[in-house]
Amino acid sequence: MLAIERLSKTYADGKRALAEVDLDVRRGEIVAIVGGSGCGKTTLMRLLAGLDRPSAGTIAIDGEPVRDPHPKIGVVFQEPRLLPWLDVARNVGFGLSRLPAAERAARVADALARVGLSEHAERLPRDLSGGQQQRVAIARAFAAGPEVLLLDEPFSALDAFTRADLHAHLLSLWKATGLTIVIVTHDVAEAVMLADRVIVMRPDPGRIHDEIEVLLARPRERASPGVEAVSRTLYAALDEARRPAARESEQEPAGLWW
Amino acid sequence: MSAGEGSLAARAQDAVSGEVSGDAPASAARRLSRRLPRLGISRTLALALALPLAAALGWEAAVAAGLAQGRLLPPPSRVLATFADLQARGELVLHVATTLWRVLVGFGLGAGAGLLLGALCGASRPARETLDPTLQALRAIPSIAWVPLFILWLGIFEASKVALIAVGVFFPVYLGVCDAIRSIDRKLLEVSRVFRLSRVETARRILVPAVLPETITALRSGLGLGFMFVVAAEFMGASEGLGYLLVDGQQMGKPDQILAAIVAFALLGKACDLVLVAATRPLVAWQDVARDRL
Repeated sequence: MLAIERLSKTYADGKRALAEVDLDVRRGEIVAIVGGSGCGKTTLMRLLAGLDRPSAGTIAIDGEPVRDPHPKIGVVFQEPRLLPWLDVARNVGFGLSRLPAAERAARVADALARVGLSEHAERLPRDLSGGQQQRVAIARAFAAGPEVLLLDEPFSALDAFTRADLHAHLLSLWKATGLTIVIVTHDVAEAVMLADRVIVMRPDPGRIHDEIEVLLARPRERASPGVEAVSRTLYAALDEARRPAARESEQEPAGLWW
Repeated sequence: MSAGEGSLAARAQDAVSGEVSGDAPASAARRLSRRLPRLGISRTLALALALPLAAALGWEAAVAAGLAQGRLLPPPSRVLATFADLQARGELVLHVATTLWRVLVGFGLGAGAGLLLGALCGASRPARETLDPTLQALRAIPSIAWVPLFILWLGIFEASKVALIAVGVFFPVYLGVCDAIRSIDRKLLEVSRVFRLSRVETARRILVPAVLPETITALRSGLGLGFMFVVAAEFMGASEGLGYLLVDGQQMGKPDQILAAIVAFALLGKACDLVLVAATRPLVAWQDVARDRL
């Protein structure tokens, strides 16, 4: 449903953040994108969200090109980015101003219930914990009724327990609604716990290095042999993604010498 | 049980029962927690007043004991007597009202123009590049330097005074609003883009609330400058107003009248600031900061 073809992004300063990325995301799939820093994960996410324009290549959702923020695509940023002057319910309803009040209220209540924050509807963001704020951000993106939810390292600022809790919330949301989810992360365990498919990226320029199917049944246990086996494969792929680039940069001076 | 524990316990009790219960210790704690904020304010007030009151009483005692003459610096009792005298002749209200009127009209004009041009320059790059250099150059002129020109243009009565005050108020408001808009968090603007809000909606739902706190600070410093410039304006020739009382007191050798005018300025300025803060507090109550000043 989300088709990415030969996508490239070169910034104005000449940095090639993404080169020739091809990726098809199927409906209802959870895709995790992992890689070290500087391999274009966030660039890819911003292009998918329609916040930046690609230098070359196309993104299409159900055949419609994505050049600006698209109504079928919801975004959760690395930080909650809640509006501090609105209470939780109004934050969740932020993108619903075009709807009649009754429907808006129903959608907000539904989204809040799904992230387990119904009783906090009238509190201000400053009174919530980091994990709760990020749940509000997920509810806000979900309430607008997207078909694809993009999450850009959404749990990286949270502690391990809160993160596991948020994984559970995200998975139950996914199971109940059949959302398609694309999540960027640098946490291998997170990718293995959540994803159907993990895309490993490599830097300079950012591109896809490898793709690993995670064929494990849910719910997944963090310490199960299956999860550990996939994690090992993933770590190996990440190592490999880093190494050739390092060798290339070592070889370059030698080539000049000759 | 400390006060903090008391209010916590009371809140926990409220959360559990959801209604007032007959439980004696808990309701006592609740009463205590309700009374605490008021105690807090009166304590702040007492601390704030301690220094000026001590100084005033000390000077009063020194003069009464003959340790000081009090001719050039009259004791508080004489200043109070001057107030009473002015009040009895019906002049106090006249002077205060005149000064207040000038400040408020000048503030309204200056702040209005500052908000408008500040918003324009903050939001639009072409507007900023065209207007800001000129406005910054004008800002470099000491506002008092305009006085002769304003008098030539607008006469020696109210218009020239109000114009001077408006100029004084304009610049801090303009700068504050322009900076506030330019320094708005790009990340919040992206939220509005993700939800495909129009420019007008983005301005209304993100820009305005986000810049409100800094705008209010700018308005407060503008108001403060308004009071500064009303004195300058009234020095340049006025037959009423607190500034006139100052000049008159100097020319007639009445230091008690000068002091009375100064005290009146202090009270009036503080009162106006308080009104401004109180009127705008609901708008910025969401801020995650301690705003417990009086």
